[in-house]
Amino acid sequence: MRHLVSVLVQDNPGVLQRIAGLIARRGFNIESLAVGRTHQPGLSRISLVVSGDDAVLEQVEKQLNRLIEVIKVTDHAEPHVERELALVKVSIAGMEERLEVKDIAEAFRARIVDVARKSIIFELTGDSTKVNNFVEALRPYGLLEVMRTGAVGMSRGEQVLKVREKKAV
Amino acid sequence: MNGAAAILKALEMQGVDLIFGHPGGTIMPTYDALYDSPIRHVLVRHEQAGVHAATAYARASGRVGVCMATSGPGALNLVTGLQDALMDSTPVVALTGNVPQALIGTDAFQEADVVGITQPVTKHNIQVRNVNDIPRIIAEAFYIASTGRPGPVLIDFPKDVQQAEFTGTFDVEVDLPGYKPTYKGHPRQIERALEALQKAEKPILMVGGGAQNAAQEIMVFAEKSGIPVIPTLMGLGAFPGTHPQCLGMPGMHGSVAANRAIHHADTILAIGLRFDDRVTGKVSRFAPNAHTIIHVDIDPAEIGKLIKTAIPVVGDAKWVAAELAKGAKKLNISKWLGQLEDWKTKHPFAWKPKPHLQSQEVIQAFWEATRGKAVVTSGVGQHQMFAAQFYKFDAPRSWINSGGLGTMGVGLPFAIGAALARPGELVIDFDGDGSFQMTLQELATLKKLDLNVKIVILNNGFLGMVRQWQDLFHARRYSEVYLADSNPDFAKLAEAYGIKGITLSDKAKLHETVKEVLAHPGPVLLEARVYHEEGVFPMIPSGGAAEDMIIENPRETVAGD
Repeated sequence: MRHLVSVLVQDNPGVLQRIAGLIARRGFNIESLAVGRTHQPGLSRISLVVSGDDAVLEQVEKQLNRLIEVIKVTDHAEPHVERELALVKVSIAGMEERLEVKDIAEAFRARIVDVARKSIIFELTGDSTKVNNFVEALRPYGLLEVMRTGAVGMSRGEQVLKVREKKAV
Repeated sequence: MNGAAAILKALEMQGVDLIFGHPGGTIMPTYDALYDSPIRHVLVRHEQAGVHAATAYARASGRVGVCMATSGPGALNLVTGLQDALMDSTPVVALTGNVPQALIGTDAFQEADVVGITQPVTKHNIQVRNVNDIPRIIAEAFYIASTGRPGPVLIDFPKDVQQAEFTGTFDVEVDLPGYKPTYKGHPRQIERALEALQKAEKPILMVGGGAQNAAQEIMVFAEKSGIPVIPTLMGLGAFPGTHPQCLGMPGMHGSVAANRAIHHADTILAIGLRFDDRVTGKVSRFAPNAHTIIHVDIDPAEIGKLIKTAIPVVGDAKWVAAELAKGAKKLNISKWLGQLEDWKTKHPFAWKPKPHLQSQEVIQAFWEATRGKAVVTSGVGQHQMFAAQFYKFDAPRSWINSGGLGTMGVGLPFAIGAALARPGELVIDFDGDGSFQMTLQELATLKKLDLNVKIVILNNGFLGMVRQWQDLFHARRYSEVYLADSNPDFAKLAEAYGIKGITLSDKAKLHETVKEVLAHPGPVLLEARVYHEEGVFPMIPSGGAAEDMIIENPRETVAGD
């Protein structure tokens, strides 16, 4: 089962290595990992997509919580927003293809961010399924490059990830 | 004051009075400051011994052990010892030098990515980049190492940080928003645990290394409730080995009574242990009749990691055991106790006497002669298991071995650390000829300190535990385990370091030799030349369960002596 997990961390040097190392060492399967600063100085937020059953997920959360620099871990089981950004470069053979590809992009609400004689780069935002579907729709035309950020997410409503007592070591 | 002096002052403020270390290029500013510091330094002959000694110091005293090394090779020699301390949850602070910040990442002389390399072998690690952060980072390191589930913390000091002028303050606060260990177990969970035990027909209490701090509380709880107690290898001494309620240690080389008790128990209360595979055997067949497992641990990640837990209690062993003791009532389990007593009487740890001197009788003789009052260390292998089986530990913090990592060679450095932690007490290192040779350079440290450490090498001329497995599971193909043709004369080796060396091979002289060893002031090395093909039994083969227990050596009837 696929889980989106958000992790609030102290923005210290090496914290990403610590988290990536833990995941590799404990043999957890992750689909993606995205990281960025938050609005609060010194705090970063990481989104992980983990696959595994409930027992695996419980261990992922508990092991992440053991890291001193991890402040809070949440599995987004509750209603939440999930988004991923992708850049997709497609090869274009002729005018007809160009129009077809543009039609597909429009259906997915992807934006054109670069146009060249033989290629187009699209920018797409959506959940991971939407990105998958967009990439597959363009595959027959010749994918040159695909770059995805990995999923990021947050809970809907007032629920937030913040600094407070976590459940210990 | 420079950074180096600030390091030592901050250590002093943490109550540090002893550092085990070895100097080198990038840590030299701190060694220079040490020259004027009241902190005592023990010069080990290899950094690995320094971290092991600090580990034993911590385990024997309950305080934080401190070790120090230079950059690159010095720091990398700590890696094994850090993982050892991590797996056996021991509070250690390791200080390492590093190349100046301007050279970091340039493959400078004696440079290594020590923070990167030691990340998975420490509870936490950090490189100091600003000299004024020294007091805060040191305070945090000691706090992290010694609280919650204890563990090793490494602090890396680039040389320029040690040399820079310190203009900061020592008045620092520890503020770690991501680190709040839970000490007090949830009262409702403790109530549920007590209720479950009241209902149990076949309850047992298992205590691990986490219970070493809770021996008093566990005793009160155990005696009030009458529950049978099984201390794990790391828990030996947390409940007295000679107590009538003690069933001995469980697991691969545990007692018949302990393993059968676990197999038949309907309710297990586990305090401060992590269900290591050497305790459980095959997890799916562990404790098949236990409908209720109550797991008390300060590390929530240990609860449910391997064993399904009905009643989790996150909290400190001492605190939770005290609460359990308050609510304990006498359990009505006389039939169960009768069964356990029967197994205990029928199958004590025992050995089949042979004409040769035997490891088991040597350990037993030392136990009798010291009335169980020594602090005991060991290397890793057969001799370690024999020590755990035949030296009955009655006091907490009296048995210091490498349980989780199984690090050969810890015996002598552990003994040095333990002796410094417990001045005036006798320390015995039961060692193997294989294990001992991994760190024997520390005879020099021992000689210099003139500690009351008795090294007892149970020399069977083999890497005995590996040989035993080859015997049982590899058709007696003894691949690369023979040492006897090239072992040194251990007594002469000791004499070369100026330490009294004694050799014993005559069974009849065992007791007088033990007396002689104990009577000699200061360090002694006794080489006991023991039967070379002894096996450790009972044994549950790796991946097996209690039902697969081999109680006696199957070779004894076939091969004889």
